Amino acid sequence: MQQLRSAILSVLVLSLVTGGVFPLVLFAIGVLLFPYQTGGSLTLLGGTVVGSRLIGQDFNGPEWFQPRPSAAGNGYDGTASGGTNLAPDNPKLTEGASGFLGIRALAAQYRRRNGLTAETSIPIDAVTRSGSGLDPDISPANAFLQVTRVAQVRKLEESALRRLVAEHVVQPQLGFLGEPRVPVLELNLALVRLQQQAASAAQEAR
Amino acid sequence: MSWLEYAAFVVTVLVLAHPLGTYLTCVCERRATFLDPLLQPLESALYRLLGVHAGEEMSALTYAGCFLSFGVGCAVLLFLVLMLQHALPGGPSDAYLTTPMTADLAANTAVSFTTTTTWQAYAGESTLRYLSQVIGLVAQNFLAGAAGLAVGFAFIRGIARQSSATIGNFWVDLVRSLLWVLLPLGLLGSLALIWQGVPLNVAPYTLAHTLEGRTQVIAQGPVAALEFIKNLGTNGGGFFNANGAHPYANPTPLTNFIGMLAICALPAALMITLGQLTQRVRAGWLLLSVMVVLFVGGLAVCDHAERAPPPQLSDLHLVGGNMEGKEVRFGIGESTLTTVVTSNTSTGSYNAQHDSYRPLGVLVALTFLLLGEVVFGGLGTGVYSIVMMALVAAFLGALMIGRTPEYLGKKVTSAETRWIALYVLTIPMVVLVLTAIAVMTHAGRAAVSLNSGPRGFTEILFAYASCLANNGLVLSGLDANNFFYNSTTMVAMLAGRYGLAALALVAAGCFAGQRRVVPSSGTLPIDTPTFGLLLLGTILLTAAVSFLPALAMGPIAEFLR
Repeated sequence: MQQLRSAILSVLVLSLVTGGVFPLVLFAIGVLLFPYQTGGSLTLLGGTVVGSRLIGQDFNGPEWFQPRPSAAGNGYDGTASGGTNLAPDNPKLTEGASGFLGIRALAAQYRRRNGLTAETSIPIDAVTRSGSGLDPDISPANAFLQVTRVAQVRKLEESALRRLVAEHVVQPQLGFLGEPRVPVLELNLALVRLQQQAASAAQEAR
Repeated sequence: MSWLEYAAFVVTVLVLAHPLGTYLTCVCERRATFLDPLLQPLESALYRLLGVHAGEEMSALTYAGCFLSFGVGCAVLLFLVLMLQHALPGGPSDAYLTTPMTADLAANTAVSFTTTTTWQAYAGESTLRYLSQVIGLVAQNFLAGAAGLAVGFAFIRGIARQSSATIGNFWVDLVRSLLWVLLPLGLLGSLALIWQGVPLNVAPYTLAHTLEGRTQVIAQGPVAALEFIKNLGTNGGGFFNANGAHPYANPTPLTNFIGMLAICALPAALMITLGQLTQRVRAGWLLLSVMVVLFVGGLAVCDHAERAPPPQLSDLHLVGGNMEGKEVRFGIGESTLTTVVTSNTSTGSYNAQHDSYRPLGVLVALTFLLLGEVVFGGLGTGVYSIVMMALVAAFLGALMIGRTPEYLGKKVTSAETRWIALYVLTIPMVVLVLTAIAVMTHAGRAAVSLNSGPRGFTEILFAYASCLANNGLVLSGLDANNFFYNSTTMVAMLAGRYGLAALALVAAGCFAGQRRVVPSSGTLPIDTPTFGLLLLGTILLTAAVSFLPALAMGPIAEFLR
């Protein structure tokens, strides 16, 4: 009987300690020390939230560096994270289905968009969907393959763009954790700034 | 290559094992620690509040009864929170909560989170309110983890004590596990995750206006409160549907590495605690070495499988491994490491979608689930997972040389052997019977719609193996939120948690009553490489005998196709 009383009391009291006191203490310290992170690492441009530094978003136009394909909702849906869950030998994954591009179609699309020949090697992250559907990154190789297209559409120097991409490559943490990667939103924001600089420089020259 | 990262991980776990194990010994035996001045007043206040007499000891049966009643109490509380969540204040807006909280889903989730399984038949961002996540799930991540650690302590005491009728006090172990281990480490680890970018807010979902002139709604919430303790308590259920693959839950390779350390460090250290309290430190290190051998073997196979480019797409000139369902920041390396860590430790916090893994990659994860979580294992529960197998090995070894079997100074008599045999049989009986029922019924087969053939069968087997192991990993192609799977997985979770723990505790109670045997020339040494090989063989053979036919129909058939 005494044990039963302890059981009921401990369920209630310890739930309150771990589910009430702990999150509040963490919240107080977290907001004080890391206000930007606790808020979701939101990225602002001219006062508007354009997204989160950490959450991938869709860029479809040829003037942007484009992210990986996504299986979150209808693509980069921030309220429906997830992958395709298709097995490697599932024909839907490779050949596609109605309303769903398979890896073959994605590879053809990537080649067409970036003016690549059928023999050019493509980094596999460009044609596969991530686990979250919200992958904010692409591989450096993927980013560099998109430089020519973006430079042509935006009428920018290809070498300047190549430098921009190189500057945005995030190396493995501590030198050995994870893979080199390029955050797409941050690269595209830098692209906007680069274009503005180029425009104002051209204006001054006139 | 990711071998540097793999090596760094294993070395860190081994380096931490001794200091952490010594600390856990102090927590277990109520010896002095540096945190005492801060925590002892809280401890005695809690005992007074809960009506616990700290000096009172429990028999193995009473201990198991308290463990069970605490678990049931937690499950009832969580069930009520989930069923009444529509009345809770705070976000997210109802428009985003599209999955209805049915009674069977709430019951499944309640059992799942109070057994450290954290099998999730729902998507967090479209099902739960922030307060359900915090008051409901964060609390249970702590409590179920602490209860597991308590049982681990009691099991170790049972083997360490001599001529004792008792194995400790469950409430004392529970409170001390929380105050001395999970809460302080949880606070530090959660802050590290926030520093790296994990959000912690109660804001509505963010409406962003993208550079291309479209909108994106981004789910928010008190993510950091859950994401570290889910690993430290070897629970694994994530805040969002994509769990550790979601960039808010696991933003950087460093957060992933910290999370994997949080999972393995304490269970590995408990091997040292076991060695210290039974005065067989070398035997503790031997168990740890066997674990590392299995761990590295699994890493090698899974890494090899996932690094190869898809063979049927060789004409496309794709470069890189199998990145379907994986994140760029983790690549093949950290995804593989996470697969091997989580499938071994009762922790389903995946960072890549395993249903898109190659057959051999899936085989590695499934095999580790079926071995019974012997490599590091769940927090506390991992102690008896490996020791039960070591007892079987000691029994076999003694039979070969014609002696009375002994392990860690205790005789393995017919009384203990009965419980050990039942323990070893429970795993295949529950997993295979439930899998057979699912395969034979329409409701069981209907959930397999995305992938077919051997992979479909694997999805079912994987689900029950994961639930019995209280793991929570899932091949998400399986459509699990329906009455059939919500109820049958619940059976597996309950059997894996309370059935196995009760058998282990009763066996420990038998051992506690014995006097410690002085090793003689006839004793089979338990700290030599020979015994390590014997243990390795016992673990693999026991699983092979039970599961090889099932594995042959699943991932092996898919691999050979």
